[in-house]
Amino acid sequence: MLADFTRGERTTASIILGALLVVGLAMAIVGRNDLIGIHGWVVCAAALAGIVTILRQFDLPEPTPERYSEYYDAPTRLGLILTLAWGVVGMAAGVWVAALLAWPDLTFDVAWLSFGRLRPIHTSGVIFGFGGNALIATSFHVLQRTTRARLPDAISPWFVLLGYNLFCVIAASGYLMGLTQSKEYAEPEWYADIWLVVVWVVYFAIYMRTLARRKESHIYVANWYYMAFILVVAILHIVNNLAVPVSLGSAKSYSLFAGVQDAMTQWWYGHNAVAFFLTAGFLGMMYYYLPKRAGRPIFSYRMSIISFWGITFMYMWAGSHHLHYTALPHWVQTLGMAFSIVLLVPSWASAGNALLTLNGAWHKVRDDAVLRFMALAAIFYGITTFEGSFMAIRAVNSLSHYTDWTIGHVHAGALGWVAMITFGSLYSLVPSMFKRERIYSQRLVEVHFWLALSGTVVYVFAMWNSGVIQGLMWRTYDETGTLSYSFIESLVAMHPYYIARAFGGLLFLLGALTALYNVIMTIRMPARGAALGAEGDLPATPALQAGE
Amino acid sequence: MPFDHETVVGFAKSFGLFYLIILSSICLAWTYWPSNKKGFDEAAQMPVSEGEDRPWR
Amino acid sequence: MFGFHYRLERSAIGLVAFIVLVASIGGFIEIAPLFTIDETVEIAEDMRLYTPLELAGRNIYIREGCYACHSQMIRTLRDDVDRYGPYSLAVESSYDHPQLWGSKRTGPDLARMGNKYSDAWHVAHLYNPRDLVPESKMPAYRWLLRDQLRIDDLGGHLAAMRAVGVPYTDEQIAFATQDAYGQANPDSAEASGVMERYGAATNVRLFDGTGPLTDMDALVAYLQMLGTLTDVAHEEQADEVE
Repeated sequence: MLADFTRGERTTASIILGALLVVGLAMAIVGRNDLIGIHGWVVCAAALAGIVTILRQFDLPEPTPERYSEYYDAPTRLGLILTLAWGVVGMAAGVWVAALLAWPDLTFDVAWLSFGRLRPIHTSGVIFGFGGNALIATSFHVLQRTTRARLPDAISPWFVLLGYNLFCVIAASGYLMGLTQSKEYAEPEWYADIWLVVVWVVYFAIYMRTLARRKESHIYVANWYYMAFILVVAILHIVNNLAVPVSLGSAKSYSLFAGVQDAMTQWWYGHNAVAFFLTAGFLGMMYYYLPKRAGRPIFSYRMSIISFWGITFMYMWAGSHHLHYTALPHWVQTLGMAFSIVLLVPSWASAGNALLTLNGAWHKVRDDAVLRFMALAAIFYGITTFEGSFMAIRAVNSLSHYTDWTIGHVHAGALGWVAMITFGSLYSLVPSMFKRERIYSQRLVEVHFWLALSGTVVYVFAMWNSGVIQGLMWRTYDETGTLSYSFIESLVAMHPYYIARAFGGLLFLLGALTALYNVIMTIRMPARGAALGAEGDLPATPALQAGE
Repeated sequence: MPFDHETVVGFAKSFGLFYLIILSSICLAWTYWPSNKKGFDEAAQMPVSEGEDRPWR
Repeated sequence: MFGFHYRLERSAIGLVAFIVLVASIGGFIEIAPLFTIDETVEIAEDMRLYTPLELAGRNIYIREGCYACHSQMIRTLRDDVDRYGPYSLAVESSYDHPQLWGSKRTGPDLARMGNKYSDAWHVAHLYNPRDLVPESKMPAYRWLLRDQLRIDDLGGHLAAMRAVGVPYTDEQIAFATQDAYGQANPDSAEASGVMERYGAATNVRLFDGTGPLTDMDALVAYLQMLGTLTDVAHEEQADEVE
């Protein structure tokens, strides 16, 4: 990492870390009677680790100006590893909380091992840890390749990547201590939210500064999706997290909004986090890596533009379908439902576009598990968006809402679409990023593919079944007009499905572990061309240094 | 509050329709305007074009 | 016209501005009218405030992630109403910063849980749910009985709630810590002021059955007042259930 920095940049980085250290100390002192103080020490530790790393390597030789004739891929390399690491953590937490629902006594009377505190580790771990790192890592890569411009400076990509991971660590450790705003997928407290805004502004600036220096006049559509992801997530994050802290020394804050306004804001956020974090960003990934891997340009570039504006425009209206039959005004519910149904058009345009790109290259899909990951992702994207539109219909929602059907739907999207496209992109990216000839074991990729597919299918079918049964049991009346089943009877009926779900999740986790192993072994293989002799034009940086 | 609830709701219910129509026409016109075709076709080649894996300057 | 398109394509700033414009309008149109909604929603004259102890309990409910499995929103559906009680009205959560409507019912809805069971039932159930409901999937929250409740900073919590619009008085903020203690210790001197400040309907009891103030006191106090901030939902409901 530091071999890419000049002396001046090493100094600047130290100053930034010093400022972070001061902030951490301030948090630790002001919040000494509160849990925010512990997070102050976490920030201090992160800053100190950075400073020590820099000082120990301060006298490394400086990079030559030739670095400007290479792309800046070191942040992407670490980002890919962090993606897998968070993926394993988040998915393991998911398997564990799934087991807790089948066997609740696994809590062992330890507060931080209880379901309520571990669940956000799972959701944030996979969405922000796994998904977010994948988006940051791939966006840096795609941005440079499609603009043919190097990232604008040496420090800011590292600031974004490491700062973002600091946010993830603060979020996850906070959940264990019981720090949460309770807003789903926006759980981190006010100070973590502010930090994420800082990181995000720098991230956006990287994008704009690189685009300003691009060679190609047209901005490739993948970048549109990444930019929509960055911009809209910023809007959502800031609005939904508006809150007043009890004091600067207190981790607790009270949301600016209450009741129905808060519910609408939260699900406007929640739904569009799905739209712009888990859809737009990953569509950006798909529009670059799928054509690249298939060796064929996207079937219809125009269709990709139309689906882009369709998604950007229509998703924002759909959030209220999370609040059918609640105290939200009826017309807002209807509006959300209508737009959710129309959303199917741009969604299927994207899924179709991806599959039509592969049309004519099916033999590659058959032979190449990496491309198959991407093809399967497109199929699951189509299935999930159809299901989503269907579940947004009020009458369907009256059955599905509050049940496991929703969980099944989310995981069809998260496992089937988000994780598959990520693994596909990651496998195709790792060899070139680490300058290796190929992935360590194509066989293991094959194993991973089947583990991932079977895990997803087991999971989703278990949750569909349990959700529909649950919904039907809740609304069944006997001939005397009384409810047929008590709540606890519906819960008992869920038990076998909860075990099946944990098993499906376990298969998926094993797949992710396979990927982690495969990538580590790839990195440990000799560099491309090394066997043939020295390769003069490679940068002097080793692929990855300890402490990076 | 300068607007009463009825006005705000009325605006919300009507404006969106026109907004949707106008936006989609702009989007469609631009995407399918014949002179834009060349640019899009070139852009579509970006991920698959074989070139030196280096920045342009 | 195509000068504009040309620039949009060429300039990243144009693209950014267009994305923000296109994306933000949908949310604005749906959310903005909700901020004028109080003009049309019936005002609940009898609406009372969370006592400091109940607010502390609510924060424990949030801390332990109870919202992940329990909703607090009874929908306008016949089976929801038959199972849980009158459907929830917007006004009932107007002091909820944030709302805890929830998105999943692994456990039952709790919107009208208040005063449905005894304090002792709640304590025993939270201590080990399977002692009372053998099939339950809920974790055993034994640490709630062990952990001392922190009440010294409750004044700050009430002040923050006032900053976001909940009408706490200076007096309520000043006596927050005292009231929290008094509400769970009915025989103490501090107990007398609680009903004075928060209304006669307030539960003043030894919630967990013992003197020292624990997290259990606060959580049970909160669970026992769910759905009792106002009675307006129990009056004749205007809309049909479906």
